[in-house]
Amino acid sequence: MSRYIESLMVMLGREPRKPEKFTSAADTIHALKRVEKVDWVAQKEHARAHRSQGKPWRNRRWAFLIGINLLFVLSFWLDIQILEGALTASRLLGFHLIDINSALQVMLAHKHIIVNLLIGTGTVIVLWFLFGGRTFCSWVCPYHLVAEWAEKLHLYLVDKKVVTDHTFNRGVRTVLWVVFAALAWVTGYTVFETLSPTGILSRALIYGPGLALGWVALLLAFEIFYSRRGWCRYVCPIGLTYGIVGVFSPLRVKYTLNNCFHEGDCRKVCEVPHVLEIVKKGRASDAIMDTGADCTRCGACVDVCPSGALKFDVKGLSKLM
Amino acid sequence: MNTEKQKPTHPLVNKRKLEDRRRFLRTMFLAGTAIGIPLLGLTPMARGWESRMRPPGALDEKDFLSSCIKCGQCVQVCPVQAIKLDDISHGFGIGVPYIDSRKQACDFSCDAVQCILACPTGALTYHKPSFLEVRPGAKMAQPPVLLAKENDPEPTLNLAERTGLAVLVRPETCLARQGKGFKGQARGAEFKGNMRFSKVDRWKPIPLKDHPFDVEVCDLCVRTCPIKGAISLDNIAGKDGKMIKSPVVHEPCVGCGVCEMVCPTEPASIVVEARKTWEAA
Repeated sequence: MSRYIESLMVMLGREPRKPEKFTSAADTIHALKRVEKVDWVAQKEHARAHRSQGKPWRNRRWAFLIGINLLFVLSFWLDIQILEGALTASRLLGFHLIDINSALQVMLAHKHIIVNLLIGTGTVIVLWFLFGGRTFCSWVCPYHLVAEWAEKLHLYLVDKKVVTDHTFNRGVRTVLWVVFAALAWVTGYTVFETLSPTGILSRALIYGPGLALGWVALLLAFEIFYSRRGWCRYVCPIGLTYGIVGVFSPLRVKYTLNNCFHEGDCRKVCEVPHVLEIVKKGRASDAIMDTGADCTRCGACVDVCPSGALKFDVKGLSKLM
Repeated sequence: MNTEKQKPTHPLVNKRKLEDRRRFLRTMFLAGTAIGIPLLGLTPMARGWESRMRPPGALDEKDFLSSCIKCGQCVQVCPVQAIKLDDISHGFGIGVPYIDSRKQACDFSCDAVQCILACPTGALTYHKPSFLEVRPGAKMAQPPVLLAKENDPEPTLNLAERTGLAVLVRPETCLARQGKGFKGQARGAEFKGNMRFSKVDRWKPIPLKDHPFDVEVCDLCVRTCPIKGAISLDNIAGKDGKMIKSPVVHEPCVGCGVCEMVCPTEPASIVVEARKTWEAA
């Protein structure tokens, strides 16, 4: 349980801490890694030479993300009516699906909940609990995809020493989450929806572009020139809402301490590197761990890990099979 | 930047503390911006939503904006594409549906008010929850009868309140008042709007330009009105006391906007005023 609380606190903004207790299995591995006189360099190079090339998870994820957004677009354009609406609220073959954060804003602003809203929100909560909470961010949100491209450009510019990355205190996202919720309640308007690039992009794709895309462009410029993945890391309340839904999710990225060379490639590609604090040398408290609630399950670390220490896993499923 | 190369000018400056302080200030600035920008929606500049015509069954403006989840499902079901979504220039109205009646009015082609059925949050609703107030004059005296299904077992539209009211705002340009007739396409050959004419096809709206009119005295607003008893061409006393013909709006008007769309004068002599209520004369 304490592990879940820790993962929740880290998501809310606290810096990851060194564990106080280690399991005996973890202790043994850590100790062996310190004393065993094996040729680490040769082993690392062996692993690197044999690692699978390409980015299979990124490709799968992009295909899924584009596919689902395309399904929204085609459902309207070609009138095939499979997935009607936009990402804030939709109907999949007639079943209500409602974005949890948008639903929350509406409930707080309107202070009245109708049955359809409750059904749609409930369905989405169950769905994203099963599939990992912030999985929504990296596998569905259209802003995530354009932000990934912006991130590539940002990293290129950082490499060329044109720009530097400015970090913020991650706790600001939690504060903003509370403020946006409070604003909805007090003003009676869904204030955050005015800003939400997820909603704006989704509607622009389906119903046609508008001035609001200018705001999305500003956000991307902010991420390219000032702060790496600034919106997703420090502001977006949607990410935090889905993160909370996914605290106990069975779908996770599993970390196997024994396989890890502690080289840190994974943390370089991660959108939320604080969830990978456990891969630092001497930081894993157990032989097998999972990345925390804030993990978007994007699989970038799985793609890049040369030694198979990070893998997608469904808790309990491996035991059943 | 290149601070490493410079010699420390002040020995007491702790770099880490300095960076921490900068980070704190940056964070405060970010929070301020993220809260400040959406609140611009409260400024009068961004309040363009206030005069917007909403789809049928819309709650009162403030409640409508708070309960709409901005998904556009109402847009998707409308057979004449009357419903559009607002842009960020309308502040909190972003993504909220509206109808520009002059371009494309709601003509109830769908018979059942599909947009209400599609709405997942009850922002468009048949039955307003009891805790929401009904403005006097917004409530319909009777459920409005849709002429297209007048002979059906259930001829009414399940609407309890009007979304607006038609008003003859420019009586001086009204063709009927001038005793003029009208021949041709109501809004010209370029007009893109659609309209359902039961006599042409009960189930399929056609372009308005494909249905030209030829009338002795212009009564386009009256003959195209989809609601029974909402408008009629009556004899009234003109300014000089002479009897003239004029469109007269009656209580069953729900504010659908068809009269505004078909009115052949430019600008329209009759328009629908959003949220206007019926005041018994």
